[in-house]
This record gives sequence, structure tokens and C-alpha cells, in this order.
Amino acid sequence: MDFSLSPEHQMVQKMVREFAQKEVAPVIREYDRKQEPIPWVLQRMGELGLLGISFPVRYGGQGMDYLSLGLACEELEAVDSTLRVVMSVHVGLCGLTLLQWGTEEQKRRFLTPLAKGEKIGCGAFSEPGMGSDVAAMRTTARREGDFYILNGEKMWISLASKADFALVTARTNPEAARPSEGLSTFLVDLHSEGITRGDLHGKMGMRAGSTGWIHFRDVRVPLENRIGEEGEGFKITMSAFDHGRYTVAAGATGVIRAALEASTRYARERVAFGKPIAEHQLIQQKIAAMLTDYEIARLLYWQVGWLKNLGRRCTRETSIAKKFATEAAFRAANEAIQVHGAYGYMDEYDMERHLRNIRATIIYEGSSEIQTLIQAGYALGMRQDKPLRCEPPAYDAEEWTKPA
Amino acid sequence: MKIVTCIKQVPDTEAKISLENGKVQWGDSPLVINPFDEYAVEAALQQKDKHGATVVAICIGPDSAREALKHALAMGADEAILISDAALENLDAQGAAQVLAAAIRKIGDADLVIFGRQSIDSGTGLTPAQTARRLGWPLLSLAGSIELNNGRVRVERVIEEGRQIVSAALPAVLSVVQSIGEPRYPSFMGIRRASRATIPTWSLADLGISAPTPLVEQRAMFAPPSREQPCEFIQGETVTEIAEKLVEKILAEKVL
Repeated sequence: MDFSLSPEHQMVQKMVREFAQKEVAPVIREYDRKQEPIPWVLQRMGELGLLGISFPVRYGGQGMDYLSLGLACEELEAVDSTLRVVMSVHVGLCGLTLLQWGTEEQKRRFLTPLAKGEKIGCGAFSEPGMGSDVAAMRTTARREGDFYILNGEKMWISLASKADFALVTARTNPEAARPSEGLSTFLVDLHSEGITRGDLHGKMGMRAGSTGWIHFRDVRVPLENRIGEEGEGFKITMSAFDHGRYTVAAGATGVIRAALEASTRYARERVAFGKPIAEHQLIQQKIAAMLTDYEIARLLYWQVGWLKNLGRRCTRETSIAKKFATEAAFRAANEAIQVHGAYGYMDEYDMERHLRNIRATIIYEGSSEIQTLIQAGYALGMRQDKPLRCEPPAYDAEEWTKPA
Repeated sequence: MKIVTCIKQVPDTEAKISLENGKVQWGDSPLVINPFDEYAVEAALQQKDKHGATVVAICIGPDSAREALKHALAMGADEAILISDAALENLDAQGAAQVLAAAIRKIGDADLVIFGRQSIDSGTGLTPAQTARRLGWPLLSLAGSIELNNGRVRVERVIEEGRQIVSAALPAVLSVVQSIGEPRYPSFMGIRRASRATIPTWSLADLGISAPTPLVEQRAMFAPPSREQPCEFIQGETVTEIAEKLVEKILAEKVL
């Protein structure tokens, strides 16, 4: 067993940290206040290879492993959640799901421009009337010759207004014996006719991010854009969540670290009752809790990164990591505000932004309640991972770095 | 074309420096590539992008200095060489120049040697000039931009008095300043290459020289006395009143 990061991982960490701290940290407050995405951020992330970090070089990616993806997410979210969200939906939900379920032809056509950062991808699963209850989805896809005709609406979709492609799950068979068996997944070109989309405003957090809705009205999706077989939509969506949740867990770990670093720094400087508050035990208690939570969250997501590298299904481990890290990050941001006192309540000190941002992660990509049910299901033997037609692809350093 | 870039490993700028028994300590703060030398690597890579070149990064230091070289490789340098020898512990700028010149000769066929303007630790800024002297090559210092054309190098020097354009025949030694452009981040491909690269170590014996004798002897080292900076808040009923008081203060203190 080895808990050390390789030199490669350390360099990835340093590179992403430098980008986030040097280029994004100085401007994030301004965009958060304006509720506008940083206009250059997607392009810049593309230039740096972040949008293709953990895809094989032959599909236009950077050929790094799954742990590198997690490390990048930790560094990005330590500055702002909206940076990590890009990784979650573009790399996690869309790209990695294509890598797992797409045919060779689909990977060449759709994954390659995503990995190169030429196109932006997102995942569109939630609807105005459903989130956790995936099988209750109402968007329909009706087969008509070599096309499917999509109708319905997706909501709470990150990058809805920015993306070029969306991985969309819709109902293809309303008569299926079990509702979950009537779903199929498609890679939809969001520039197609019949699509309208927009951003939602007034969010509590992630205000420098783009979250929106996509409406489909008789949208013609070519047959060759169906990912997997008809009826595999539920399984594919669950795979997408496995990938997405991993990035959320790793990112939330970054928020715990940001809270810990800001709190230790401030506690050493701020004096109350004649000594730095770092010397008061109730402050120490908060800092000790943040440190412990950081270590736990990091070990949990590193474990998932390791399992993903081996190509093992890790729905259970990912669920634990996601639930723990997001809840611990909320606690850490909240306690960091307390350590900072009134200053912590001001946006000048970042912690109130982290608190607002991280609150969403306890809801999206499977709420904490859903994660709890997943864990109970495994513990009680009510839930097992059945073999998939397309298992998650293992990381193979040699294969993944072979030139195109 | 071959470009050698000389880099140094130094304590992080954010390190809290202290003095213990006449020796500088920086606690558990990491050692990093000298920030000015990142500009040197960037300058070399810009020329590589433009004209095609092999970029070789060299560094004198202990085994841990490999990290600085790996950073240069991750940014895009083609090769890296560590010069390490127990006899190189007390090196002054003259000595460093002698060792670097020997290494540059051993590498051979260098057209351009690029340094950062100075190191942030000892900060003499002498090494580029002394290396040029040792090699017998021209030195174009404080370059803010570089142009290569027909075997000549032309640089715009960024100096306090203004800008000066100078040129020289290759091979030449340059030191660069920040106007050269922000150093690029390591690429993922570069990171992969750097983490797998084996960096050769050259000893003084490999360079065929003996340990340089320092010309400058360090007699004492002390931290500057902490300055007392009195801070006074100027009070007043109105903004105008505060401003007037401030102006009086400024005039009284002869700041203007």
C-alpha cells in the first residue's frame, strides 16, 4: 500500500494550483458578485489541457490518470466551485461516460473534440420534475427511421448555455416493464434545430458558473448519436454519476483545504484577549476538525482514483467519498467563517462564497439522502453491482499515452 | 540550434527566512526554481517555438535541485543536466560561472546561453556576466525581447534609463527580465516526460576542473533590524478637513 503522490501527480497539482491561484483567484469575487461566468475561463482551461486531462492521447486527451483528474478538481475548487463544475460536467458526466460507453466511431467523433477543448460537453439528466428519481424522467425520444425525435425539458444543467454537446437521457419506451428499462442516452448537438436554452439566475452560490435549462422541441437526433443500446439509458446515467461524483468529492476536498488554510492563517494573526486566537482552544478545536476532515476526504477520493485506475466499479466508494467530502466541506466553510468572525461574513474573505458554493454539492449529483440509501443498500445486501456491458475503462499508462 | 539555460534552485519567495548560527534557514518551505530563471526557460522556449532548437537546462546544486530541472523539462526543455559535487558547497558567483562555463563547453555547440537577471537568494546578478567572460562570449544583459537573425542576436535591453537595442554575433550569453513574457505552465505532456526523465549528474571530475576557490569571503550574515514604522490615523469632521491635515503632514515630513 502506498499513500504517496508520484512526482507526476505532484507536478499536476502544482500546475493546476498555480493556474487557479494566479489567474482565477484575483478575479473570482468580481464575477461572483456580477453573477457572470469568467468569459475566458473555458478557453484557458482548454489551452492548459485541463478539459482533456484524463482521456487517452489517441482521443485528443492528455493521457493522465484518474487520480490526476481528482487532484486537478481539488486545486480548482479550492479557488472556486465553478471551475471544478466544468470538470465535473465536461470531463466527468460527458467525456468519461463517452469513453466508457461510446463506440470507437463515437469516441473519435464526439470525445476527441471534447478532449481537445474544441467543444464543450455537459450532462443533461435532471428535469423540472425529477432529480434523484432518474427512472421518473419525462423527456421522450421517439424513433423515426434513422432519427430519434426528442421532446421535453432538462433543468439545473451546468453549462447548458455554453456547451456544444450534451449527454441526454430520455424515455424511448414508455411501455417498458420497469420505467428504468425504458430509457436511452444520446449525445445531442446543442446547436440543433428545436433546442432553446438559457441560464438560471438567483442561485445561492456558484454565481460565477453557468447553470441552466435546455428545452427540446421535435429535435432530430441521428441514430448514430445514441450511446449504448436502446434501454441502457439508466445504466449509462448511473455510470455518468459515478464519474461526476468522483470529481465532486475531490473538489469538495479542496474547499476543506481552503477553509483550513485560511483559518490557520487568520488564527495566527488575529489577536483577542491578549493572544492570537490560534491559542484559544475553541478555535483549535475547529481547526483540528477541518484538518481531520481534510485528511479523511482526501483519502476517500484518492481511493476512488486508485479504483478507477484499476478499472473497477466503485459506485459504493464514490458515494461515500462524495457524501463525506461535500458535507465536511460545508462544515469547514461554515466554521472558517466563524474563525474569521465578522470578516468571514464578508465576500472579501472568500469563505462565505465557498459556503454558498458548496451547499449545492449536497444536493446535486445525488443528494446526501440518495448517497445514504446507496450505502445502506450495499451494507444490507439489497444492492449489488451487476456486470455492465461496458465496464469503466482502466488507466493504462502505455495505451493512454500512445499518439493518435 | 542549441540553447542552454542556466537555472538555480532557491527557497520559495513566500518562505519565512530566519538566521540561525549565521546560516539562513527557511523552515519547511519548499525549494523552487528561481523565479527569474523561469523567464530564462520561457525565453529559450520562445526561441525554440520560433526557430526550432534543443533547449538544455543546467543547474548547480544538491540532488534535490533535480526538482528545479524537472520544472524546466515540464515547461518544455529537451534535456536537463545536474551539476553536483560535494566540493561545490561554498560557491560564489565567480565560482559558479567557472563551473557553468565548463559545463556549457562540455555540452558543446551552444548558440545561446540564457540566464534570469539574478537569483532571489544571493542576488548578486554577477553569474551571467562572469559566465560570458569565462566563455569569452558577448553578454547582452537585461533583455526584454530577443530576435535571432542570420547568426546574430538582437535584444532590447530594459534598463532604468530607457530601452537600448544591442546586437552581437552568436554564440552569446543573455540575461532576461520579466518583459520577455510570463513563463508558461508545464503541459501535461511535459509533466509526464519530466517525471520519467533521467537527469544525468556531472561532477567536477566530469567537467575536468577542480573546485573553484571563492574570491569573496563571507564574513558575517545578519538580519536587517526591524524597522519601526509609526502609523497615524488622521481624524477630522469632513473629508476636506482630513485632506488638509494630510497635506500639512506631507509637507511637514518633506515627503514632497
